[in-house]
Amino acid sequence: MSTRIAKQGRLIDRSRPVTFTFNGKPMKGFAGDTLASALLANDQVLVGRSFKYHRPRGIVASGAEEPNALVGLGVGARFEPNQRVTTTALFDGLCAVSQNHWPSLEFDIGAVNSALSRFLPAGFYYKTFIHPRAFWKYIYEPVIRQSAGLGKPPKEEDADRYEHFYAFADVLVIGGGVAGLMAAKTAAEAGARVLVLEQSRHWGGRTPVDGGEIDGMAAEDWIAAVVSSLKSMPNVTLRRRCMGAGVYDHGYALGYERLTDHRPGTEGPRHRLWRIRARQIITATGALERPLSFAGNDVPGVMLASAMRDYVVNYGVAPGQRVVVVTNNDDAYRTAITLKQAGVDVLRILDARPTGGGGLMEEARGLGLRVDCGRGVAKVSGGKRVAKLAICAQEGSGAALEEIACDAVAMSGGWSPVVHLWSHCGGKLDWDEAAAMFLPDVARPPVGADGAGFVQTAGAASGVLSLSEGLADATQAGRAAAKACGFKAKKGKLPEVTELGEMPIAPVWLMPASASDELRAKAWLDFQNDVKVSDVQLAAREGYESVEHTKRYTTLGMATDQGKLSNINGLAVLSEALGRAIPQVGTTTFRPPYTPISFGAMAGDARGALFQPVRHTPIQDWHGPHGAEFEPVGQWRRPYAYRRADESLDGAVMREVKNTRQAVGILDASTLGKILVKGPDAGRFLDMIYTNVMSSLAPGKCRYGLMCSENGFLIDDGVVARIDDQTFLCHTTTGGADHIHAHMEEWLQTEWWDWQVYTANVTEQFAQIAVVGPKARAVLERLGGMDVSKTALPFMTWADGSLAGIPVRVYRISFSGELSFEIGVKAGQGKALWDRLIAAGDEFAMMPYGTEALHIMRAEKGFIMIGDETDGTVIPQDLGLNWAISKKKEDFIGKRAQARSHMTDPTRWKLVGLETLDGSVLPDGAYAVAEGVNANGQRNTQGRVSSTYYSPTLGRGIAMGLVLHGPERMGEVLEFPGIDGKTYQARIVDPVVFDKEGEKQNV
Amino acid sequence: MSEPISALNGARFDGIARIAEAGLTGMITLRGDLASKPVKAAVAAVTGAKPPGQGQISFGKTGAAGWMSPDELMLFCPYAAAPALLAKAEAALGRAHALAVDVSDARAVFRVDGAAAREVMGKLFPIDFAPGAFEPGRLRRSRMGQIAAAVWMEQDGGFGVICFRSVAGYAFALLKEAATPGSAVGVY
Repeated sequence: MSTRIAKQGRLIDRSRPVTFTFNGKPMKGFAGDTLASALLANDQVLVGRSFKYHRPRGIVASGAEEPNALVGLGVGARFEPNQRVTTTALFDGLCAVSQNHWPSLEFDIGAVNSALSRFLPAGFYYKTFIHPRAFWKYIYEPVIRQSAGLGKPPKEEDADRYEHFYAFADVLVIGGGVAGLMAAKTAAEAGARVLVLEQSRHWGGRTPVDGGEIDGMAAEDWIAAVVSSLKSMPNVTLRRRCMGAGVYDHGYALGYERLTDHRPGTEGPRHRLWRIRARQIITATGALERPLSFAGNDVPGVMLASAMRDYVVNYGVAPGQRVVVVTNNDDAYRTAITLKQAGVDVLRILDARPTGGGGLMEEARGLGLRVDCGRGVAKVSGGKRVAKLAICAQEGSGAALEEIACDAVAMSGGWSPVVHLWSHCGGKLDWDEAAAMFLPDVARPPVGADGAGFVQTAGAASGVLSLSEGLADATQAGRAAAKACGFKAKKGKLPEVTELGEMPIAPVWLMPASASDELRAKAWLDFQNDVKVSDVQLAAREGYESVEHTKRYTTLGMATDQGKLSNINGLAVLSEALGRAIPQVGTTTFRPPYTPISFGAMAGDARGALFQPVRHTPIQDWHGPHGAEFEPVGQWRRPYAYRRADESLDGAVMREVKNTRQAVGILDASTLGKILVKGPDAGRFLDMIYTNVMSSLAPGKCRYGLMCSENGFLIDDGVVARIDDQTFLCHTTTGGADHIHAHMEEWLQTEWWDWQVYTANVTEQFAQIAVVGPKARAVLERLGGMDVSKTALPFMTWADGSLAGIPVRVYRISFSGELSFEIGVKAGQGKALWDRLIAAGDEFAMMPYGTEALHIMRAEKGFIMIGDETDGTVIPQDLGLNWAISKKKEDFIGKRAQARSHMTDPTRWKLVGLETLDGSVLPDGAYAVAEGVNANGQRNTQGRVSSTYYSPTLGRGIAMGLVLHGPERMGEVLEFPGIDGKTYQARIVDPVVFDKEGEKQNV
Repeated sequence: MSEPISALNGARFDGIARIAEAGLTGMITLRGDLASKPVKAAVAAVTGAKPPGQGQISFGKTGAAGWMSPDELMLFCPYAAAPALLAKAEAALGRAHALAVDVSDARAVFRVDGAAAREVMGKLFPIDFAPGAFEPGRLRRSRMGQIAAAVWMEQDGGFGVICFRSVAGYAFALLKEAATPGSAVGVY
């Protein structure tokens, strides 16, 4: 049985009991426990079910590498699936539920898959569910989805807040074990600004558990002394509960800080994502112990030897009472010794090496422990926990020599340095045959912009497992990092270490070495995804030679633990099956994050109202209370229409059009782009930017113009007002304001850098209000302050003045075909002017109108809209805008491109009006069909609809479109099949269907 | 005549830092040869300050001059005085090729003060705000959350932030969020 013991437990506070529940069952633990240690203390050995076979699973590890013990944590708005119990701090009231079982953890129907496992080998899904094709979508996939999957997604919105923090350091040290601390101290003493991240709550990593003396002090005391000296240094920042999640180009790294996971609901952000720029990064990320691949190594109660030691020393928990230790290296003897000293029966130490280990083995023997060398595990049996273990010769096929009844097994297959962060940004690895591990290849580090390495490893992450070598390596790393940042590290004395020498590891990738088929089919590599030795061997037989392909075929290492325990064992098995050396097989790619991080941390503040910036005009607050229904226009929200209580949205649009045409309407046009262009060469510059001539525009006048890209395509349009001899104000579309300003700057800075022109984007300096309709002048005159008569302010001119005492600039321009004034006013007075206009317009039945009414009115006039009539492939000539393209000018942006053969092709579709025969509204984007079919068997087409509306002015549908030889085919009828199954017939007509002569706007 | 109003009408929030919309502020964009005499004279006329170096803001009797690009400055002055100071600047520029334009209404200005102000800024800008790295007179054009913004440190150690007026609401909400009580990072 797994239980709390009376002594030890350096991380728990026995004076502070804590209660929690697991699957609704109340349990007790202590402050300082992890959920894993508390579950074990309550004899909860079975904690979950595996992904595919629903096998009973227990806790295997004590840290970030845990593959099995994932739970749903919390309730309601704080529920989160797939939380590792080994990295979950226990707190009072914690509520955890196990995953991937039905109906219960103890009795799971899905476990029938396990009995059928010989019929569910690698690639089973690919092979079995391929025919008949239609079955996949409706039968196979839904059933498989029901039985697969781990945690359940949360149902409520996350109750917590999250944030980012931008941090900067000369040297970032990832990992706060003794190596990380040593490296940090060395770099900091040299003067570097140092940031140290430690994923757990404690400094010092494994060393306090593993033992050893440093500078005559117990490891724990030495750690406390170093941490205290680091804390006192102003150039050092220490963060616990903060995992180095990823290393990226240019010294960028992510830290994942968990602030309130151990005290949910308290003030402050739950997680903080550290976005770090460091000049040098030291990864002191330690090493992970590997499991051994023997039959039944997934039975609850089989645990990594180091983890078992952690539970005893750190938490005072004995995961079993009668334990067998099995190893291929010296380190596991520490577990045997620790267990024995804690009063646990260590029944046997099975050492796969023919002659066993060194000093530690002698120490174990001295305690009376029996060590069998050259022995391994044939099989572990037991259902929901270990019951017995069969011993065999390691060099054999697994014939049992002896069976031992036991309740826990500690296994150690050696250690793999955590090279993940070294590898994230391109650091390469070397296989060390003697140590049986992949090491960082220091000759091929991740390199920065200068071609020099910016990541170093320290301690166990470098592959040096002894304390003395680790500290020396870390000192070197700290020194080198400081030097790379321009600091000079003082020559210090290396700490003196007392430790026992160790014998070399013997690689064991399968136990026993020639295990039978039956045993291999029960020897797990990937516990979470249920991948066994036999699966990888099958993949190799089926021709999967690449480790990346084998990974995807078998799903080895693809679970939420990303193969922290399984990858090296798996590729070693693959290499043996392929008859190739391990380095030739290679590893799969290490990608960030090191362990899963929360979506909340990634999103940071970008949620709710801050999900995306929404741009507001100075008049924005008026629109909502007056019935506006908004539509997104870039990041603006513009009123689509102002709906009244008794009408539909469409009804509102119709009313707004009619009222503007018959009386007067008012529009918030503040979003239009306004770019000031000034200088002696401003006219010359605008002649290049626009297709028509702007330099000839007289001050006080306005002119409509088109802008093209250098490829000739129409990109923007708008009215230019000449302010004075050297100054123009260019109006752009709402969406064009920023990119047209950038377009102008790009040409000025790269091509015409010697022209004397400056630009300024003054879009937001002004609110702009359009007063539109036959009674528009009367409204302005009611406010008074300036002469807006036809003679004083004719069409296509502008004037400065004031209205109702507010300084304004009034432009006589029209996008609707009506008498129209666009009034520019300082943004700070925009709302005030709007209010005055609204009040003054009352007696003239003035109503606000939205973007849809604006669109309908411009379409009635045949005015094009950037984004409707243009789509990045349309040139002005397609739209019949030849009148706005200067033939006199030597050059303008797009001119040469428009002379290319494809641009002058007479078969380019051209703009026409389209009038349905029955008055209905053509579907937007519909295509006009032509005779015959194309190579793909689709109907040939000869045109498409670009804008289509119901015109309340004309009482029928109106549309514009681009049609093959359109302007030459007036009166012809085209057919437009709609997606509603109906075919629409429309006649080709002039695009201008309202006031062709322009009399209404020129009054 | 109606009194002009700033984007958020002086909104304030007290958290781990004090956030305040600064209200109406005069701003003049000045583009030209920053090393030329007329531009220096225009800067002096509006702000009483010398032209700032790259990444700097210089302070004078009537205002401040912030470095925006190799040929652009943002001149800060009292709002009501902006039109008159613009005229002075134009007079100083004379016939030199330059552009000076009143943009006082185009942007919102915020002040962020208090012990945790550096950390609040550090949550929103990809900038090193550590003491020593960011001191009075430093100015950066950068981004704040998802919007363009410039940030500088005033002589009293408080921060100034400008962003476009249309996103003032987002900017204020963002600053408030970053200054939520209990969210101090504890590094600066």
